Amino acid sequence: MNSIVQLDHVTRSFGSKLALNDVSLKVDQGTVLGLVGENGSGKTTILKHVLGLLKPNTGTVSVFGMDPARQPVPVLAQIGYLSEEDILPGWMRGYELQRYMQGFYPTWDQEYADQLAKEFRLDLYAKLSTLSKGQRARAGLMAALAYRPPLIVLDEPSSGLDPIVRHDILSVIVRTIAEEGRTVILSSHHLAEVDRLADNVALVKNGEIALYDALDTLKEEHITCTLVYEKANFSMPIFKGLVSISGSGREWTALSKGTPELLREEAERLGARVIDQRSASLDEIFVGYSRPTHGASR
Amino acid sequence: MQLHITTNDGVPIYLQIVNQVKYLVASGRLSPGDEMPPIRVLAEQLVVNPNTVARAYRELEVSGVVEKRRTAGTYISEAGSPLARGEQVRILSDRIDSLLSEAHQLGFSDEEIVDLLRRRSAVLVSPSDPTLEEDPS
Repeated sequence: MNSIVQLDHVTRSFGSKLALNDVSLKVDQGTVLGLVGENGSGKTTILKHVLGLLKPNTGTVSVFGMDPARQPVPVLAQIGYLSEEDILPGWMRGYELQRYMQGFYPTWDQEYADQLAKEFRLDLYAKLSTLSKGQRARAGLMAALAYRPPLIVLDEPSSGLDPIVRHDILSVIVRTIAEEGRTVILSSHHLAEVDRLADNVALVKNGEIALYDALDTLKEEHITCTLVYEKANFSMPIFKGLVSISGSGREWTALSKGTPELLREEAERLGARVIDQRSASLDEIFVGYSRPTHGASR
Repeated sequence: MQLHITTNDGVPIYLQIVNQVKYLVASGRLSPGDEMPPIRVLAEQLVVNPNTVARAYRELEVSGVVEKRRTAGTYISEAGSPLARGEQVRILSDRIDSLLSEAHQLGFSDEEIVDLLRRRSAVLVSPSDPTLEEDPS
């Protein structure tokens, strides 16, 4: 497949702080990459490299086959960007924002912009600063999509917004992906959103990619289970495939990577019984890898 | 066509769509010849990635539940019945599994469960017969 964005072994530090360590990612055309990770894990720093706002210390970034830090104009012309920060000029009115964007983007589609504004019930004659947070987010989305960029970068697009605005934003993104060839990078704390939208998921942790695979594969490879001992077991069970475990005494709940057969064998070896075993949700995988059990083997 | 997507458990979304469509066919709520919504329409309705819906449709086509027609569009296939039977068995097996685990938890033997099943079935067939409602103990 044709890859739109490619990061190869990107390392970047700010002073003595290592912000990204050997990050490699690839986003193919027509797919959605979900970036998840705790605050300060490096998600936004990764996006800033894609947008060309930061240059890697080592490694390479390629977007549409170009280096975004060296050729920002042709790269940014093809990226629609929406962030959680409110970056719209508050003194502008909606229709002025449209004209302003039109000036920058030759591909601006006024009909589409009007259609989005109508759908969002945006008041194009009100100053952006007087709009609600939700309406400003919708205005930002209109501005980011109306030039029909082939790549859409969303940095926490729905953080702090109510469920209706979130739903609006998601539906428009779904429709945009349905149009041939649109590629999306979505960084979000709302794992349910990532779950619904992402083809591939990268978990960023301390500036590194801790986990990176197709979402369906991740779910199929990970098992959430409860282990039960006949008698209380006071030392934490450690076994092959274990990612994280919590509990005490007779009952332990674990996230494990591998087949159900492996899990059963390992449980048998420990003298425990596996009950309540099912494929793990993205939420459980996220929590498990964010706080892996010390000593767990992968 | 009403489908419900949950992100609370680890069942991949494409599989939730596949299972629910199979269920709707097996339970007769979707009939042979019914048209499936276009991929992008269903994706927007469920607010899920269109690639995921496309994967679900591919799986449904491979397993013979739906068929693509030359005139475009995806339809519930005519030859759905033998497969639907297998699906019906699967749905029932799931229910029976949860019944069995609860019954075993409560200390019922398999013989007692079968016995109780027969009694309940008789009650459902002729609910007016009061002798069948008697407590077996």
